[in-house]
Amino acid sequence: MTEYFSMLFTDYTLRTISLGTAVLGIICGMLGSFAVLRKQSLLGDAISHAALPGIAIAFLITGTKDSTILLLGALVSGLVGTFWIRGITSKTHLKSDTALGLVLSLFFGFGILLLTFIQKQPNANQAGLDKYLFGQAATLLESDVWLMSIVTGISLIVLLVFWKEFKIMLFDAEYTKTLGFNTNFIDILITFFIVVAIVLGLQTVGVVLMSAMLLAPAAAARQWTNSLGIMIFLAAVFGAFSGVTGTAISASYDNLSTGPVIVLVASSVVLISFIFSPTRGLLFREIRFLQNRKDLEQDKTLAFMYNIVFNHENITHPHNIRILNNFQGFTKKTLQQLEDKGLVTITGQEWSLTKKGFDTAQNLYTNQSMVNE
Amino acid sequence: MSSNLAVKIDDLTVAYNYKPVLWDIDLEIPEGVLMAIVGPNGAGKSTLIKAILGIIKPIAGSVAIYGKPYKKQRSLVAYVPQKGSVDWDFPTTAFDVVLMGTYGSLGWIKRPGQKQKKQALEALEQVGMLAFKNRQISQLSGGQQQRVFLARALAQNASIYFMDEPFQGVDATTERAIINILKALREAGKTVIVVHHDLQTVPEYFDWVTFLNVKKIATGTVKNIFNDDNLTKTYGINYKVAVNE
Repeated sequence: MTEYFSMLFTDYTLRTISLGTAVLGIICGMLGSFAVLRKQSLLGDAISHAALPGIAIAFLITGTKDSTILLLGALVSGLVGTFWIRGITSKTHLKSDTALGLVLSLFFGFGILLLTFIQKQPNANQAGLDKYLFGQAATLLESDVWLMSIVTGISLIVLLVFWKEFKIMLFDAEYTKTLGFNTNFIDILITFFIVVAIVLGLQTVGVVLMSAMLLAPAAAARQWTNSLGIMIFLAAVFGAFSGVTGTAISASYDNLSTGPVIVLVASSVVLISFIFSPTRGLLFREIRFLQNRKDLEQDKTLAFMYNIVFNHENITHPHNIRILNNFQGFTKKTLQQLEDKGLVTITGQEWSLTKKGFDTAQNLYTNQSMVNE
Repeated sequence: MSSNLAVKIDDLTVAYNYKPVLWDIDLEIPEGVLMAIVGPNGAGKSTLIKAILGIIKPIAGSVAIYGKPYKKQRSLVAYVPQKGSVDWDFPTTAFDVVLMGTYGSLGWIKRPGQKQKKQALEALEQVGMLAFKNRQISQLSGGQQQRVFLARALAQNASIYFMDEPFQGVDATTERAIINILKALREAGKTVIVVHHDLQTVPEYFDWVTFLNVKKIATGTVKNIFNDDNLTKTYGINYKVAVNE
C-alpha cells in the first residue's frame, strides 16, 4: 500500500486512474443521494444496463473506440431507457419495479446481442468493447478524466444554483407544483444528471456494477447525518474514498479488476455505517436498547420493593428474597446491581432497602405520577 | 357579490382512467368561511383540492380564485397535503420544512433570506412548535408533523388555505390546537377549506360545508344544509348525526 502512494507521484497512469476513480466517486455520491432519496435506487441499475446498446450502436456507426463517442451513444440509449420507464409507469397500470425490470432486460439483452454480432465481424478493431460490461479502469486516459471533471463541475454548479428547488422537489413534489415551480423541468434535470453520472462510470466500473457505485456512498452517508447538504457532501467523500482505495488495492495486487474492488470498498463503507453510526447504527441502537431495558428493570424492581416496604414502620426492615421471585424483570443480576448502587443491602437470603434506596424509589414514584398527569 | 367570492369552480370534471372521479362540479366558496368538504371514501374530496391546485389536470372545467384564473393567483393560495404523502425520514429539520412555505414567493433560484426565516419562525410559533425547530422531522410525533405542515402553509401568508385531512391521526390536544388556528385564520378574514372525515365535529368546527360524492350534493352553511337528508344523499345510508338545533 505504501508502495502505491509513492507510485502515485511517479507513475503517470496510476495517477490518472486514481484521479479518475476519485472524480467518479464524487459525482456518483452526489447524484446517487438524489436517487436514494427519491426512492429510485433501482433506476440506476436499469439506466446503466440500458446504456449498453448505445455503446454498441455508436461503435457500429462510427467504427471508432474513442470513449467520448461511445459514451455519447451510451447517454442517448440511457436516456431513451429512462423515458421508456417513465412512459410505462405513467401510461399503463404497471408498477415502477416492473417497468424497470422490463427496460433493464430488454436493453441489456439487445446490447449483448449487438456485442456478439460485433465480435463476429471480420475486423480486428472490435476487441475491447466488452470492457464496458465490468469496467476497466486501466484504460482511463487523461482526456477521460478531464471529461469526468468537467461534467462533475457542471453538475456541482447546477446543484448549487437549483439547491432550493431540488430540496423541496425531493421532499414533496406535489407541494412544489402548487408553489408554481415547473416540477417536470426539475425532475428531468435531476434524472438527466443521474444518467450522465452513470454513463461516466461505465468505462471504469461497468454496466453490471454501476448502480452500486451510485447507491452505496449515498446509503452510507444517510446513516451519519440528518442534513441534506451534509449527506450529499459525505456521499461525495465516501465515493472518492472508495474510488481511490479501490484503485490502490487493485494496483497493489496484480490482476485484481479495479471496478469490483471499488464497489467492494464502497459496500464496506456502507456496512460500517450501518453498524457504527451513532444515531442510526445497529450497534449503538442495540446498546441503547439494552441499557434502557436494564434501567427499567432496576427501576421496576426497586418500585416493587418500595411497595412492600412502604407499610412497614421501619423502612430498612429485611425481607426474604423469595417474595421477589414471581416478579417479572427481577433477577439475581438486577438485585446485585441495586446493591452495587447502594440502594439495597443483602444479608444471606434477605434484602432490605437502604435509606438511599427508599428515597430513590419514592422519587421514581413522584416522577412517574408527573408523567401520567 | 362576485367580488367576495374566494373560489369559483365551473363544470369541473376529473377522470383518472375512464371512470370520472369528479363530475361536473360547480362550487362557489365565499370569502372568510371555514368550510368542510365531506363525503365517503372515494368521493373525490382530495381530488377536488388537487384539481383546484393544478396538481391533477382536469378533463374539463375552470377554477377562478378571486375572479382570476388560478395560475395568476397562486400566491394567494396555500396547501396542506395529507401527512402521509411525504417521507418523514427525509434528512431535514422542522424549520427547513416550514421555510419551504416561502419558496413560492421567492421564485426560481433566489435563496431564503432574513425575511423568509423570520416568517418561518413566526409560523412555527403560531402552531406552538418553535421549541422543535431544529428537530429532525422523523423524530416528531404524528401530531407535531401535522403542525409542521400547517406552519409551512402559514408561512406562505396566503388568503385561501386548502387542507387535506389535517386531523387525521392526531390526538385530541393537537386537534384542538389545529382547529383553534383554523378559527383564528377565519377571524383574520382568510378562507379555509378542509377535507374532513369526522361528521360528529362538523357543526362544532365549521360554518360552511360541502357534501361531495363524485357529484356535488350540496353546499351552504352548516346551519342550513347539514341535515339527515343531505347526509343520506351523500353516504347512501340513513345517517343519524346529532345536528345543532
